[in-house]
Amino acid sequence: MSNDVFHDEPARAEAVPPESPLTRRDFLAVAGAGAALVGIGAPNLAFGATPFVLPPLPYALGALAPVISARTLGLHYGKHHKAYVDNLNKLVKGTPFADQTLEQIVRAAAGKPAAQAIFNNAAQAWNHAFFWHSLTPKGGGTPPAKLAQRLGEAFGSTEACVRELAAQAVGHFGSGWAWLVADAAGKLSVTHTANAELPLTAGLKPLLTIDVWEHAYYLDYQNRRADYVAALVGQRLNWAFASENLG
Amino acid sequence: MSAHVLPSLPYAFDALEPYIDARTMEIHHGKHHATYVAKLNEALDKAPELKGRELKTLLQQLGSVPEAIRGAVRNHGGGHANHSLFWGIMGKGKGGEPVGQLGAAIKQEIGGFAALREKFNAAATAQFGSGWAWLSLDQGGRLVIHALPNQDSPLSEGKTPILGLDVWEHAYYLKYQNRRPEYIEAWWSVVDWEAVEANYRAARG
Repeated sequence: MSNDVFHDEPARAEAVPPESPLTRRDFLAVAGAGAALVGIGAPNLAFGATPFVLPPLPYALGALAPVISARTLGLHYGKHHKAYVDNLNKLVKGTPFADQTLEQIVRAAAGKPAAQAIFNNAAQAWNHAFFWHSLTPKGGGTPPAKLAQRLGEAFGSTEACVRELAAQAVGHFGSGWAWLVADAAGKLSVTHTANAELPLTAGLKPLLTIDVWEHAYYLDYQNRRADYVAALVGQRLNWAFASENLG
Repeated sequence: MSAHVLPSLPYAFDALEPYIDARTMEIHHGKHHATYVAKLNEALDKAPELKGRELKTLLQQLGSVPEAIRGAVRNHGGGHANHSLFWGIMGKGKGGEPVGQLGAAIKQEIGGFAALREKFNAAATAQFGSGWAWLSLDQGGRLVIHALPNQDSPLSEGKTPILGLDVWEHAYYLKYQNRRPEYIEAWWSVVDWEAVEANYRAARG
């Protein structure tokens, strides 16, 4: 399958001068973690315009197969992720949120019942962008030395961290996410969140995430979430991305 | 001894075609529902005093379930109860409109079948993430349309469910993928209103 779907945005991105005030709306000025995202994806991810746009996938639709099929990735990115971005644009139009970055919206809308739909779509737009970068075609293996040392300090070993991350991903009940995070003191841990919730709003810095909404794996694994998680952590986790996020 | 057992599906896996496909039904019943039953029993192994208690009572009185297994009973007991009801309110060649006492109550309390469908569809579509849309009786015996996340049971908030629609992605993803509204619309063609009417009469006592 052609991956032309990813080739629209870069052209438009280049049309926006870097110093344009529109870059306030950088989709992936989403982040403290954004530094890493932009570092990896630049210049394609780093552009601003109204409205928010779906950021390009950092690899082809078939690049994660057989762990994640091209069909699953095509739907996940092209339908689910896109719908969150499109819905967000509709919801923020004409509201004070319309002038904010994605991360600002996530933080401002979190925990506010009146802004629940905006939070859900903004957070899912953020989570999915972060998830694509948490995976890489030749993933798994050994983390960069500095990260491996930090994992050792926190979990005993990289393997123990992976086991705990997988256990939380498999054990989370219902739709949600499993995360490797760093707290304000720099200590690493794993956690899981429901639906669109994310560690940013709890003062934690996300390093990696695993999507365990059923749409992330159902066509490929059906009810066997454990098989999806095992394949993903063993073969597709992007340790270099986690390392960059750690800073 | 297993206290709780997976009920047989009251029709063939392909009975709800083309609205709900056979493969989805087979995995949904044989894997997802079966797992809820197994994990409920596993949890109850840790609280032998609850082994004789009816599932309905467990869910109505979650607060009296020991904290160590309360989450498991809520999730897996809820999953068992919800799916058991779900299989029972669907059937081959069903659809149509509610009749009898239930039909009259829907007309009087909700404004008719069209209004019911509209409100129920909205609840099912808006449920963010995994969960269910419900038509239940509240404690006053009145019909109420609502949605709950995950496998939370209406029983745990004092309601009695008579009709439920599973909107976990596993209920529709193989056939409908991201198109949940199409699944919801198709589902009305398999609703067995006689069964829902029976649930209504039983709930009214």
